[in-house]
Amino acid sequence: MKRHIRNACICAGLLGVVASAAIIHGTQIARAAEEKNASASITIDNFSFTPKEITVAAGTTVTWVNHDDVPHTVVNPDKKFRSKGLDTDDQFSFTFMDAGTYNYFCSVHPMMTGKITVK
Amino acid sequence: MGNIIKENLNPDGIDRRGFLKCMAWAGTGALCVMQGGVLKSFALGPGGKSDKAMKGDFAFAQISDSHIGFNKAANPDVTATLREAIAKLNALPQSPEFVLHTGDLTQLSKAEEFDTLDQSLKSVRTDRIFYVPGEHDVLNDNGVQYRERYGKDTKGDGWYSFDHKGVHFVGLVNVMNLKAGGLGSLGNDQLEWLEDDVKHLKHSTPIVIFAHIPLWTIYPEWGWGTDDSQQALSYLKKFGSVSVLNGHIHQVMQKVEGNVTFHTAMSTAFPQPAPGQAASPGPMKVPDEKLRSVLGVTDINFIRGEHTLAVVDSPLAGE
Repeated sequence: MKRHIRNACICAGLLGVVASAAIIHGTQIARAAEEKNASASITIDNFSFTPKEITVAAGTTVTWVNHDDVPHTVVNPDKKFRSKGLDTDDQFSFTFMDAGTYNYFCSVHPMMTGKITVK
Repeated sequence: MGNIIKENLNPDGIDRRGFLKCMAWAGTGALCVMQGGVLKSFALGPGGKSDKAMKGDFAFAQISDSHIGFNKAANPDVTATLREAIAKLNALPQSPEFVLHTGDLTQLSKAEEFDTLDQSLKSVRTDRIFYVPGEHDVLNDNGVQYRERYGKDTKGDGWYSFDHKGVHFVGLVNVMNLKAGGLGSLGNDQLEWLEDDVKHLKHSTPIVIFAHIPLWTIYPEWGWGTDDSQQALSYLKKFGSVSVLNGHIHQVMQKVEGNVTFHTAMSTAFPQPAPGQAASPGPMKVPDEKLRSVLGVTDINFIRGEHTLAVVDSPLAGE
């Protein structure tokens, strides 16, 4: 919803060329969300998230897979998402519908941190 | 006893060479005696028994990091090695009056893992077992199950204190509500409770603090430390003898700082690498025949009137 409002403001306030670009950009994001199969994966190896930071389109489902012999979690401090303890080869997925920056960490080993940017 | 390290009479602390020698023995069966900030160390006798002179008024034991449920290459049968650790405790020359388990009872906080641990620990010959949780014991429920099983009479997330024969013991919880990018954490509620808990005690009261994650900064890159431990230790400055017992790092380390002696225990399940010596602090695979030399238990003697804790780390098997 926020995205649509923002795009509408941009359209109203800018020249036609720029406005068109904004519409195209917005449409692409909307299409990705509609398809619902945009995905990204993050692995957990040696007590770290790889890649540590990624940027995805809204609607993308991000999946974390734990390859360590130690349980880890994926927790957003703002409580947007929180996995259970992930044993070896367990995975956790979350679909990011809203643009924004989402920091997360492993609540068991808090020095493990990562960031998802949703555009 | 040819390897006696002469005590250092310098009141500032321990003899560095002696300390390192003791460190080298740790894990292979050494007896370390902390006395007023001075450390003396003796190798264990041929029978694995400590010298008679080192016997105290009472003994207690520490076991740690049992990780029941772990089944990977570093140790496919952690229940078997826990049982061996229990046999080691039961064979000690002076039976422990109680046992401290310093956390990571389980691998994944599963009910059946806690059940297996409980079943195994029933065979320990001691009056009582005291617990503090590790991060593996509070994975999905903020420690609710842990406290139902082991923390019925505790405060907050599971902290408590008790007195035994003139020694004040404090069990702390530093594995809850951890902050992104941070280390272990005690939190304000627990710190306030601790300050109040020790306020009324005489300065001569020996204090033993036990918690899962080390209360001294060993290697922050691996999370081996506690963010607000200095605050906790500031409440203990007035006491002549403070001993801090931790687990979490699956290896023996010691440090003496003023009136405080820090000690970490071996795991009963699997070893972890020395700080910075591997890509991560995860379980370390050692050759099968070596596993039992890097797992073990800790036996601690209190000697009345000397403010002394004699700490003996015994591996499950010799070199």
